[in-house]
Amino acid sequence: MSRDLPILKVDQIHELEHAVVDGVDISGHWNRMFSDRSTTALPTEAMDWITSLDGGESMRDCYQCGKCVPVCPVQHVGDYGPRKLNAKVVRGNDLIDDPDLWLCTTCGNCYRVCPKEVNPLRIMPAIREQAVLQGKVPDELSDVFRNLQKSGNPMGESPRKRIDWIAEAGVDVPIISQIGRAVDVLWYVSDYTSYHPRGKDAARAMARVMTALGIDFAILGPEERSDGDSARLAGESGLFELLAEQNIKAFQKYEFKQLVVMDPHAFNAFKNEYPRLGWEGEVLHYTQFLAPFVDKIDFQSSVDLDVTYHDPCYLGRNNGEYDAPRKLLEAIPGVRLAEMPHTKANGYCCGGGGGGMWLDGFVAEHVSERLSERRVREAVATVGMDGSGVLSVACPYEPSRFEDAVKSTGNDGRLVVRDIIELIDQAMQPPAA
Amino acid sequence: MSGEILVVVEHRDGAILDTTHELLGRASALAAQGGGATVAVLLGSGVAGLAGSLSASRVLVVEDPGLESFSPSAYQAALVPIIKERAPDLVLVANSGPGMDVAAGLSAALGLPLAAYAVDVTLEGGSPLVTCQLYAGKIQAKVRFTGGRGIVTVVAGSFAPGTGGSPAVEQVAAGASDARIRFKGLLKPEAGDVDITRESVLVSVGRGIGEQDNLELVEALAAALGGAVSSSRPIADAGWLPRTRQVGKSGLKVKPKVYIALGISGAPEHLEGMRGAELIIAVNSDARAPIFSVAHYGAVADLLDVVPALTAKLGS
Amino acid sequence: MDYVVLLKQVPDLAEELEIDADGTGLDREWMSFVASEWDEYALEEALHLRDASGGTVTCLALGVEAGAVDELLATGLARGADRVVKVGSYEQNPDSHTAAAAFASALGSVKHDLVLTGVQAIDDLDGQVGPLVATLLGHPHVSVVTHIAVAAGGSSVTVHQEYAGGVVGEFEVDLPAVLGVQTSREAPRYAPVSRVRQLMKTATIESLEAGTPGTGSGLTIESMSVPESGTTAEMITGNPGAIAERIAAILAERGITGGGAR
Repeated sequence: MSRDLPILKVDQIHELEHAVVDGVDISGHWNRMFSDRSTTALPTEAMDWITSLDGGESMRDCYQCGKCVPVCPVQHVGDYGPRKLNAKVVRGNDLIDDPDLWLCTTCGNCYRVCPKEVNPLRIMPAIREQAVLQGKVPDELSDVFRNLQKSGNPMGESPRKRIDWIAEAGVDVPIISQIGRAVDVLWYVSDYTSYHPRGKDAARAMARVMTALGIDFAILGPEERSDGDSARLAGESGLFELLAEQNIKAFQKYEFKQLVVMDPHAFNAFKNEYPRLGWEGEVLHYTQFLAPFVDKIDFQSSVDLDVTYHDPCYLGRNNGEYDAPRKLLEAIPGVRLAEMPHTKANGYCCGGGGGGMWLDGFVAEHVSERLSERRVREAVATVGMDGSGVLSVACPYEPSRFEDAVKSTGNDGRLVVRDIIELIDQAMQPPAA
Repeated sequence: MSGEILVVVEHRDGAILDTTHELLGRASALAAQGGGATVAVLLGSGVAGLAGSLSASRVLVVEDPGLESFSPSAYQAALVPIIKERAPDLVLVANSGPGMDVAAGLSAALGLPLAAYAVDVTLEGGSPLVTCQLYAGKIQAKVRFTGGRGIVTVVAGSFAPGTGGSPAVEQVAAGASDARIRFKGLLKPEAGDVDITRESVLVSVGRGIGEQDNLELVEALAAALGGAVSSSRPIADAGWLPRTRQVGKSGLKVKPKVYIALGISGAPEHLEGMRGAELIIAVNSDARAPIFSVAHYGAVADLLDVVPALTAKLGS
Repeated sequence: MDYVVLLKQVPDLAEELEIDADGTGLDREWMSFVASEWDEYALEEALHLRDASGGTVTCLALGVEAGAVDELLATGLARGADRVVKVGSYEQNPDSHTAAAAFASALGSVKHDLVLTGVQAIDDLDGQVGPLVATLLGHPHVSVVTHIAVAAGGSSVTVHQEYAGGVVGEFEVDLPAVLGVQTSREAPRYAPVSRVRQLMKTATIESLEAGTPGTGSGLTIESMSVPESGTTAEMITGNPGAIAERIAAILAERGITGGGAR
C-alpha cells in the first residue's frame, strides 16, 4: 500500500498553562466544576454502567470543553475523539459494540490537557475488559492474547527463541539463571527487542554498549515473559496478571540492584503496576540508565546525521522522561538534533500503544492514514527534506511501525529509523575505512 | 497371512479417483515383492464397468443400491465382512475424508491396527514397514504392525499410479448394510472466474500475507507474470479469496509451470496440491518452513518486501 | 440435544520438536502443549448448535498429566460449555485407540445425542479418534465435516463432508452419531484469561474411570526422525532487492518472462 502523501508541515504549536486574551483570563482552572453534571434528560444507563466499572468513574466528569480534540492523535486521521466518545456514552451508547472502543491508543494526551482529568488510560481498559468478557474483541487482538498466554510473547514464538539474538551480539550476554550470582543490572530485554529482526539489532547494540561500559548485567533469557502492559490496556487484565505472576516469580529468584528495560511499556508496568502485584524495585528505561554514563562512552566516529527524536508515549508523556534520551542523542558526535512540532509532552503517538500494535488491520478501516504514517511525514518535514534524515526512537514497538510507514508514505530514501542505542553503538565503532 | 493386499477403491461421478491408482501402483509392487496378490474392492451400484481400469490382480465388485453413493456407514458395513473373511496382510486406503472414516471404522470393528498419514509402505524383513508423517509434516515415524498385518491410510501423491492390468472381476453381494448415513447430493462450488488448474503461472499466498489489504501486492505480481493468484487453506477459510483458488488436499491440485509460494509454511495438506509443479519458488520468513523441502528455490525473507521489488523488476 | 465434545492437547509446534535419546519418541523436556486446533472447531460448533436450538454441551478430556488438562477444560467452560469431565489418568497422551476406548467407556455414562471432535490431530499416528469411538459404540460417523444442521425433530443431522476442489457431499445422519469436525462456522471464540483462571479455582471438573484399556494401537515405532528439509531448495540470500533480482533472472532463464538470460 504505497502512496505519495504530501509532506506534513505543522506550524509551531503553542501550549500555555495560563492565557490572557484581550484582558480576559481564559485559563481553564477556575471553571472546574466540583459537582456532578446533570444530564438526566438523556438515558443514563450507559454512563451509569461505565462509571460503575473500576476505572470508569471519571467518564462522567467530561463537560465537553473540547480541549482533548486537537491533541488526540486519532482525531487527526479519523472521525473520532475523546469528547466524541463521551458524547456517545451520554446518548446511551455503552461502547461495547462500537468500533471506536478499540481506536484509543491510551497515549494520554487528552488526559494531560483535560481540566476535569477524565482518564481514558483507566476508562478504556475497564470497558474493554467487559467487551472481552462478552466475547466482543477483534480477532486480530484476541489472536495476540492467545499467543501471550501460550508463549509469553505476542508472536506466539517459542520462549526458547527469546535468546536467539545473542548469537550475533559479538559480546557475552550472561543469562542470570546460569551465572548463579547477584548482578548489578537485570536487563529486561522485552518481546520485540528479543524476537523482531529490528529489535534484535537494538538488543545487540545495547549488549555491546553495556559491555564497553563495564556494566555488570545479565538477562532472564527464556524465563522472561511479556510485560503485558498493552494487553492490560486492551482489556485483558487477567492475562496481564498471569504474565506478571510469571515475571515476578522470576525477579524474586535473583538478586540485582536495578531493573533496566528497553521498552517503555515494560517500564510502565514494572514501575506503576507491579508494586500492587507484589514486586517493587528500581526500574529504569535504558536511556535513563545510560544518560549518567554518557561522558564515559568512548565515541570513535562521528555519525553526521540530521536526527529528530520521537518521544514514546509511555516514556515521555505518561512517565515524564524527556531529557535522558535527548542527553544521549546530543552526546553522539555528529548528531544534529531537531525537534518535530509535536514534541515532548505533546508528542504524536505512533499508534502502537493500548493494543494498537495488534489492531492495525481493524484500525485501518476507520482512519484515513495510520498514526505512524502521519508521524513519519512530520519527521520527514523536520529532518528529511534535504535527503536523508533519521527518526530516532526509544521503544521497540516503533522501528517496525515507522519503517513500514516510511515505505507506505513513499518516503523510502528520505528517512531511516534508528533506536537511540543503535546510533550510540554506531558512533562507538571506528570510522569506516 | 493371506499374502493379499487389499485396496479400497474410491470413485466419484463415474470416475475412479487418482489416489486409488496410486494405491494400486504401490500395492502391485508390494505384492510382487512379497509374493501376494492385489485385490481392489469396488463398492457401488452399476459400477462394474469401472473394474477393468484397475491395475489389480482381482477386483471384487460389491454392488447394492445402498452403495450407490459413498456413505461412511454403508461402506464400513459392506467392507467389514469382506476383510474379515479374506484376512489381507495390508489394507490400503487413501487419506481422504471417506478414507479416514472407512479406515478407522475398520480398525475398530476388526481389531486391526491402523497406521495413518503414510507416505511410504515397504516390505522389509517380510513384513510391512510404514513411514508416517506427523506433527504437520515435521516428524516422520517408521512403524510396524504387531502381528504383521494392518490398515494404512496413504497421503495423496505418495506413490506412482499403477498402469494397465486386466484384473479378474468377481461380483460379490453386499454382506451387510447400514443406512444410518444417507447421501443427499454433491455440492460443487460456483465456477470461479479463474480455473487455477489451467494456469501456467500461479502466485500463491498463505498466512504470511498478514492482512487482506496486502493481497493487492500479490495481484500485481500475478498480473506482471500473466498468471493468477491462488492460496492455501487459511486464506480461503478467511474469505479473502474464493474457495476455487485454494490449493491443497481439500482444494485443487495444480501442476503449473511456475508456483510461487508466498508466506505458505508448507503443511502436508498444501503440498499435496502443488508438489508436482515444474518450478517452485518459495518465500517465507521462517527458515524451517517445510515448503523449502519441496521448493526448487527459496528465500528466507519478508514477502511484503520481496513481492513489490519483484513486481518492479519485472515491469522494468 | 446433548452434545459431547472430545478434547485433547497436543505439542505446540512453535517449539522445535526434537527426537529423544531412544530415537523412537519425542523429547519432552521443552515441550509445551496447546489445545488441538480441530477440537476447538468441534467445541465451537457444539456451542453454536446448542445456542441455536437448546441442549447441553459437555466436554470430555483424558486426564493427561503432561500439559494442562484442567486449564483445557476450564477454557471449555469459559467458552460456554455446561459441564466438563476428565476421563482416566495418563502420564502422556495415549494413542488414539486407547483414547477411543476410554472415551467410549465414559460415553456409556454420559448422555449424548451428537459427539463432536476434531477431524484429526497432529499426533494421531494410529488414526482419528472420532471414527474409532463411534465404531466402538456402534454409532455412525462422518469425518471432515464443514457444516452441521440439526433436522427438525432432532433425530438426525445434516452434514457436509468436504472433498477436494471445494466439492462437498451432503449427508443425513441418524443420531446418536459422531462427527469429525474440519472447521467451524465462526472462529473459536476467545476465552478471557481472567475467566479461565477464575473457573480453574471455582469450577467442578468431574472425573470418570477410563474402563479397561484395550489393546492399544498395535503399532511399534521403529524410529522417529525429522525429515530432511531445506536440502532440495537452492536458497537465495541477500536483501529483498537482490532476492527479487535473482527470482526475476530465474524466471527469465526458464522462459517464463521475456527478460532473456542474465
